[in-house]
Amino acid sequence: MAANPKISEDRLDALREEAARTGNVQDHGIVPVGGPFPKPASAMSYHGNPVLKPPTWTWQVPLYFFIGGVAGISALIALVAHLFGNAGMLRTGLWIGFAGALISAPLLIADLGRPARFLNMLRVFKLRSAMSVGAWTLAGFSSAVGLAVVCHELILAGYGNDFLLVLVWAAEIFAALSGLILASYTSVLLGVTAIPVWSENRKLVPVVFLTGALGSAAAVLELLGFLVPVTQFIGIVAGAVEIVIAIMIELRGRYVDRPLREGTVGWLTRAGAALAGPASLLLRLFSGHSSVARYVAAVCFVIGALISRYAWIAAGRVSSRDPQALFRIQRPAPNGIGPARH
Amino acid sequence: MPTSAFLTDASVCIGCKACEVACKEWNHIPDDGFEWSGQSYDNTHALGASTWRHVLFLEEKQPMGPQLAGIEEPFRWQFLSDVCKHCENAGCLEACPTGAIVRTELESVFVQHDICNGCGYCVVSCPFGVVDKSHEVGTAFKCTFCYDRQRDGLMPACAKACPTQSIRFGELEELRREAHERVEKLQDRGYNDAQIYDPTGSSVGGTHAIFVILGQPEAYNFPPAPEVPTIHLKSAWGAALVSALVVVLVVCLAFAL
Repeated sequence: MAANPKISEDRLDALREEAARTGNVQDHGIVPVGGPFPKPASAMSYHGNPVLKPPTWTWQVPLYFFIGGVAGISALIALVAHLFGNAGMLRTGLWIGFAGALISAPLLIADLGRPARFLNMLRVFKLRSAMSVGAWTLAGFSSAVGLAVVCHELILAGYGNDFLLVLVWAAEIFAALSGLILASYTSVLLGVTAIPVWSENRKLVPVVFLTGALGSAAAVLELLGFLVPVTQFIGIVAGAVEIVIAIMIELRGRYVDRPLREGTVGWLTRAGAALAGPASLLLRLFSGHSSVARYVAAVCFVIGALISRYAWIAAGRVSSRDPQALFRIQRPAPNGIGPARH
Repeated sequence: MPTSAFLTDASVCIGCKACEVACKEWNHIPDDGFEWSGQSYDNTHALGASTWRHVLFLEEKQPMGPQLAGIEEPFRWQFLSDVCKHCENAGCLEACPTGAIVRTELESVFVQHDICNGCGYCVVSCPFGVVDKSHEVGTAFKCTFCYDRQRDGLMPACAKACPTQSIRFGELEELRREAHERVEKLQDRGYNDAQIYDPTGSSVGGTHAIFVILGQPEAYNFPPAPEVPTIHLKSAWGAALVSALVVVLVVCLAFAL
């Protein structure tokens, strides 16, 4: 449009002059690009405007998704460590879970429009609302992992008795189970929305979030000195799954996944996947005996998983702005390319 | 009490925005800013926290019914007042974790903003993109269906203010019948693309705001087949459960190996 010589201030002046001289303008006028003038609506959507509202969540939410995931899976690792008699990892795992729970609640509260009303989340319990399930899960997990840490430290300090021993097991089991929900409900939270890229990936996001949480929990343990085969094994599995997920998103080539492949958010998604996937995995496979390489691999995975959380939320924002992403799901395209249904 | 509803008819809307103004006046809603959008005479863009009635302006390069046959550059200017659909299965209501969003005795969907804590989950759960969080107040807002007026036997402010009866307020089944009659009449007159927008067949289970439109729903930014997001609860939780079991297995293997 800009190449059209007709569209210029000069052209406007010429028209004005012609109108003043003859009282009539024979030729067509000009249509300034992007100007505040009536523009025809596209038949495919209303002026290309978004149909849906973008998520209102602030930067605290993806960070909470990450930290909640690490805390939840750390509690699971702690329980399994207890079952296998690994006292060191039990204690550290519980403390990571407890620290994560302590950070999670303020992050969630800070995101609320009315933070003082955060306890309204516990007014009702709705299984149909992933947000409600999440709020109760965080409350339950925090209580359980806190109790487990206190009991465990009391036992270590020599105050152990039969009651405490039973209680610590109960708290650990409850923390591990609620931790698994804590690490996974956030993916259901995204999947069960109207946002196309989240909704159409409702079966993939749980895999993404749980893999990120598992690998990050192991990586945090490594960074705290647990350069043991357990964390190496988990790190390799998580890194490999990250690669599979990334390849899947690229190869499927669905329209609805465009925010995950294109633009800034697409590159953010790829950067996260590259760090958590190939970067960490190659370091582990080829320099697994060097502790420096293990630390670097752990840092790569943690940063990659964190970036991935931000990228998924940002992709939802991009997706909500694209009316075609929604229409294509709900109505097959006229060219015969069917909707992205499974 | 009979089921009250809106029927909004694009074929008689004149785009005067009296509904928008009446809604703002009655409900004390702040302005949406004073900016030019460049989108015909619509400078409001969409429904939102401070827009509970929104008049769409469609400039389309096609003839208006039978009127402009033979004209070289066909053109029609259409208007429609959009509003919260008050779904039978409302995504916002299902998503709300505080119980702030409720179904009233009038069967409308109502946000109690003394309870809402602004978590924003309803915003992404509405399949029509209606409800939004106010950044000033911090809680979610949308059309109340003039709950206060209806309680006192008055019709909603927008319907009352509409000068052409484009916005009709009444009993849902009665309005459905009128909508069908209206569409038949329009088609008889040569408005071949007249249709009813009333998503009863989808998982939202019908709405309390139905529309007579000319053209496709997409042109009005209406989702052609809206779904309430909670129909995906089973598949999402199912995937989460399977993934969680694999995670447990991997952790156990890591210690066992």
